[in-house]
Amino acid sequence: MRLTRRQALGLSAGAIAFAATGLRAVPASASPEDAQKRIMDFTGGKTPESGKITLNAPEIAENGNTVPVSFEVESAMGGDDLVDSVMIVAEANPSPAVATFHFTELSGAAAATTRMRLAKTQNVIAVAKMKDGSVYMDKKEVKVTIGGCGG
Amino acid sequence: MAAPKPRVKVPKTASAGDIITIKTLISHTMESGQRKDKDGKPIPRKIINKFTCEFNGQKVFECDLDPAISANPFFEFNAKVNESGAFKFTWVDDDGSVYSSESKIEVK
Repeated sequence: MRLTRRQALGLSAGAIAFAATGLRAVPASASPEDAQKRIMDFTGGKTPESGKITLNAPEIAENGNTVPVSFEVESAMGGDDLVDSVMIVAEANPSPAVATFHFTELSGAAAATTRMRLAKTQNVIAVAKMKDGSVYMDKKEVKVTIGGCGG
Repeated sequence: MAAPKPRVKVPKTASAGDIITIKTLISHTMESGQRKDKDGKPIPRKIINKFTCEFNGQKVFECDLDPAISANPFFEFNAKVNESGAFKFTWVDDDGSVYSSESKIEVK
């Protein structure tokens, strides 16, 4: 079968389109919407207010593989004033979840430090869920020089 | 990979009602599942997905880890101690292995 010029052009156009979709199929980074959805799942649909929780992360992280992150929630950690859990999400990581911390009265204070990976410059969000159901959040932008999620 | 080795730092003594700081570190690659090997094949995810700390059998602190936690996961957190006893730390791997460590504390 001989290809006419028109068919040949059509074929190559298809091939280009295919290659383009192939590229797009590579896991892209999650969008802030994904992170937002995760937060909503965590809070049970409540929009978190700002305050009570303080998130600490460096302004500039040279190496995205180990970015120190810590948080602290104002709470007496006793009686009704108890923090149930704290979730950390990174908006532009391939998967936004970073970690979820669960506290009890024996925790003494609702604070923790860990190290996380960041793929690129992005917002890091910490959401605290109190025992009484109220939710609070804090947000920090971290500039990342070298991404930390491999490639 | 060598078996993950937990390292824990807990004060040896405290006064009743004190809030102490605990630091833990465990050697683990925390393979995120996002990386690819030389042939372009994805390296399967293998991380520690849960960390718990108990004091005399009561839960103190717990964390669900996601692949965004760095290799050799480090945690620093607090605990309130009212009596002498032992802290038990456990790390649960994706493959089901459990690594644990214990530290005693004396309350005066």
